[in-house]
Amino acid sequence: MKRRDFLQKTSVATGALTLGGLGLQSFTTSAKTSQITILHTNDVHSHIDAFGPEDGRNANKGGVARRASLIESIRNENPNTLLFDAGDIFQGTPYFNYYGGELEFKLMSMLKYDASTIGNHDFDNGIDGLYAQLPYAKFDFICSNYDFSNTIMNTHVKPYRIFKKGSIKIGVFGLGIELDGLVDKNMYKETKYLNPIETAQEMTRILKDDERCDLIICLSHLGYDYSKENPNKISDLKLATATKNIDLIIGGHTHTFLSKPTVMKNIEDKNMLVNQVGCYGINLGRIDFYFDSEKNKTVSGTSIIV
Amino acid sequence: MDLKPLFFGLFLLLFIGCKETHFYLSKIEGKQISISDSIATNNEIEAFIKPYRNHIQKDLNSVLAYSVGTYTKTDGDFNTAIGNFMADAIFDEANPIFKSRTGKNIDMVLLNHGGIRSIISKGNITTRTAFELMPFENTLLVVEMKGTQIDSLVAYLSEAKKAHPISKLKLVIDTDFNIIEATINGKDIEDEKTYYVLTNDYLYNGGDNMTFFKRNGGVHDLNYKVRNALIDHFKKVDTISPVRDDRFIQKSN
Repeated sequence: MKRRDFLQKTSVATGALTLGGLGLQSFTTSAKTSQITILHTNDVHSHIDAFGPEDGRNANKGGVARRASLIESIRNENPNTLLFDAGDIFQGTPYFNYYGGELEFKLMSMLKYDASTIGNHDFDNGIDGLYAQLPYAKFDFICSNYDFSNTIMNTHVKPYRIFKKGSIKIGVFGLGIELDGLVDKNMYKETKYLNPIETAQEMTRILKDDERCDLIICLSHLGYDYSKENPNKISDLKLATATKNIDLIIGGHTHTFLSKPTVMKNIEDKNMLVNQVGCYGINLGRIDFYFDSEKNKTVSGTSIIV
Repeated sequence: MDLKPLFFGLFLLLFIGCKETHFYLSKIEGKQISISDSIATNNEIEAFIKPYRNHIQKDLNSVLAYSVGTYTKTDGDFNTAIGNFMADAIFDEANPIFKSRTGKNIDMVLLNHGGIRSIISKGNITTRTAFELMPFENTLLVVEMKGTQIDSLVAYLSEAKKAHPISKLKLVIDTDFNIIEATINGKDIEDEKTYYVLTNDYLYNGGDNMTFFKRNGGVHDLNYKVRNALIDHFKKVDTISPVRDDRFIQKSN
């Protein structure tokens, strides 16, 4: 893979990127520069084993045991790493049919996932079925726009969480898809769906203005883009353009394979990223955020290399 | 006197004191890493998964019954051996449960042709066969419908031109797909009578455009998965040899 093919400069004029790169290099040994690595999966759908060599589409791809090695090596390289999932952990192989999600949660805990949001298929054994597996999850569930207060999941899902890595504060919130029409009401029971854009505005206000986070990440199960089939439906791309202060949307639901993360302009015309890595654990997303001390700030702003 | 070290020290102090507010995002790099067979397997994770995998494999491979022939959903225009088998099997398993709960009998069964997800091959039937036939988690429901609503169901079937699996319902259509005969358990359908229709939650919720379930007199969730009903049925019978029959046929005018 030629790295040059993936170089895309988005924020500044040509040349500034090289300059920024040089500036960065000279500070990598200094404590003033921090690198935060965000790793992510989505729609793994109980694909614990790798696909076999006979598989028509994903032969020899995926597998939790391989993902574990990869994540471990990245963590060794940069301890300031966070690992997230964007939902639909459940349903898709007999592992779910037999164990109801127990093994999925146990393995994600062993891989030291930091948090996951909740996908529609995570209700496939009902909200009680999800609740029953919670003891096996040593990571947080984050969802800001499902009101669980009249359900068994009440207090077990956080609207947001702040992670501190080195000197950097990372605020994370989550958005779930509208359940009505997608999931049987008997399954999600009294879970209330709240408007994702309003929720995102409220969350970014808390995380940016009150909590002064350096980085804000949204774990979304809304879906990447519906502009062709249903332009009014909220998607990650729509959310990106309608909000501010979100640095990265980690998406899911639509099983979208992207050749690279999508750079979007938010409502303030600032660049941010939307990413999704297909499905079934055959890819791992990796986004590195480099922070520099304010005094080294150049006019060029943030350079994005995807 | 050289004041540079002092200035430097002051600056450092200032910087450390305010470091929380002094970071800015200088660069973002994003990429996707393919999880391929070039990545080593983590042995600890692999060892943890193994007993779960072995249990599932053993269970999926356990032989439940024997199939005399190979049956596919394409071996009939309006009814098929495999569809008849599935509809009859879930009736056999669900009716005793429904009767014990309500004192009533299920009058007829309706599934959908697209819901038959694989063939049944000649030879041993294993748990895996049931998973292949019905990979989804759908559950069985009994829907209360008046005869007039059954008419909409029958009209749907006559227009669908598909071998949707049915049981206890008998239909005859002419070459123009008009209904000549429609009976439940050998009797004409009465407009005001309540019929108990066994189906699954997917169809009840309008799947495959089966909108006629919307108007109903009540619904009973059996909390019983379609696949589990098939597995229970396979366990009870030694051999299956279903046939295409006359439950839904087309007669030349």
